[in-house]
Amino acid sequence: MHGFANPARFLRLARWLTPLLMLSGGILALGAMGWGVLRGPADSLQGDTVRILYLHVPTAWLGMGGWTALAIASLTELVWRHPLAAIAARAIAVPGAVFAAICLLTGSIWGRPAWGTWWVWDGRLTSMLVLLFLYLAYAALADAAQRDGAGGSRVPAIFGLVGAINIPIIHYSVLWWNSLHQPPSITMGKSAMAADFLVPLLVSTLGFSLLFGGIVLMRMRALLAEQQAEARLRRKAQAA
Amino acid sequence: MTAIKAKHQRLILALIALAAILAAGALAAWALRSQASYFYLPADLKANPPEVGRAVRLGGMVKAGSVARAADGVTVQFVVDDGKAEVPVRFKGIVPDLFKEGSGVVAEGRLDAGGQFVADNLLAKHDEKYVPREMKDMTAARAAVRDTQ
Repeated sequence: MHGFANPARFLRLARWLTPLLMLSGGILALGAMGWGVLRGPADSLQGDTVRILYLHVPTAWLGMGGWTALAIASLTELVWRHPLAAIAARAIAVPGAVFAAICLLTGSIWGRPAWGTWWVWDGRLTSMLVLLFLYLAYAALADAAQRDGAGGSRVPAIFGLVGAINIPIIHYSVLWWNSLHQPPSITMGKSAMAADFLVPLLVSTLGFSLLFGGIVLMRMRALLAEQQAEARLRRKAQAA
Repeated sequence: MTAIKAKHQRLILALIALAAILAAGALAAWALRSQASYFYLPADLKANPPEVGRAVRLGGMVKAGSVARAADGVTVQFVVDDGKAEVPVRFKGIVPDLFKEGSGVVAEGRLDAGGQFVADNLLAKHDEKYVPREMKDMTAARAAVRDTQ
């Protein structure tokens, strides 16, 4: 990991990895969703609305996985002061928020025909909405801290760690409390979902994960470039 | 005494902080156990009945064979059951698509003086099982899925 303390080495790797991840992820995700929508079976109870699964579930998992990665990056920033950790955390916040928002929107669209309501304040829906707000708050905080300059990555890192408490709450919300949202279909190698749904769901999840990784790398490159440009401007101003 | 490296000191501090946050979260979740539940189960409602007329939600399974439609065509009468207790429910309106005997339901409404639950709104609850429509014998398919768990 410390090999990447040199951003130049990271950039060399990221340059070819970014398009590779985005392209392969996009193909897998679109392919799995397309198959699920056009060719896959309808559910015995939900009918065709089940097809939103291939977008809803991967974005939900990645919304949660994104914050887990953000918390790990925050810990790395606080303890080891790795030069890329703060940048990685900032790069995760925006796609994480977008994925959480897609999860909430698709869930709402599914909820209307399946449950008979767009929204309820049950444990799962509420904690997922809190995750979206945490992402937005993190992005705002990290940007503000960056603008203020020196030592600006410490406070967002603490926020990133504290916010991690929401991740187990989202996961266990449907088990601890009675909720309208169903409990998980897939738990530790067991599946209450027929293979016809499970296989495209897993392919779609893999695709969206690669895509998420590609977006994060792209954002990290942009943030690094921004830093370099600012440093150059500062040097120029001093020389003048 | 050898000084602890700054890096290790930060690691220990961060881990202690993380443990404290997790413990705080777990305590809060524990305290919320009953309050954060979205609905009463029939057994909860029987053990700890809310005042008559207070708006509550009741969730459970629609008991098989209990759904009866009244002569007016829009009033439905059924029994919500959680395996331990049963509560009769009356609802006037259009039921959601997923409302079926033997599947989950959440009714929003209130208890009346006679111990019957009068619902203003019904929400269907989907379970975690996903079975393709093409599987003809649904009960067999559901059992098969259950057996693979």
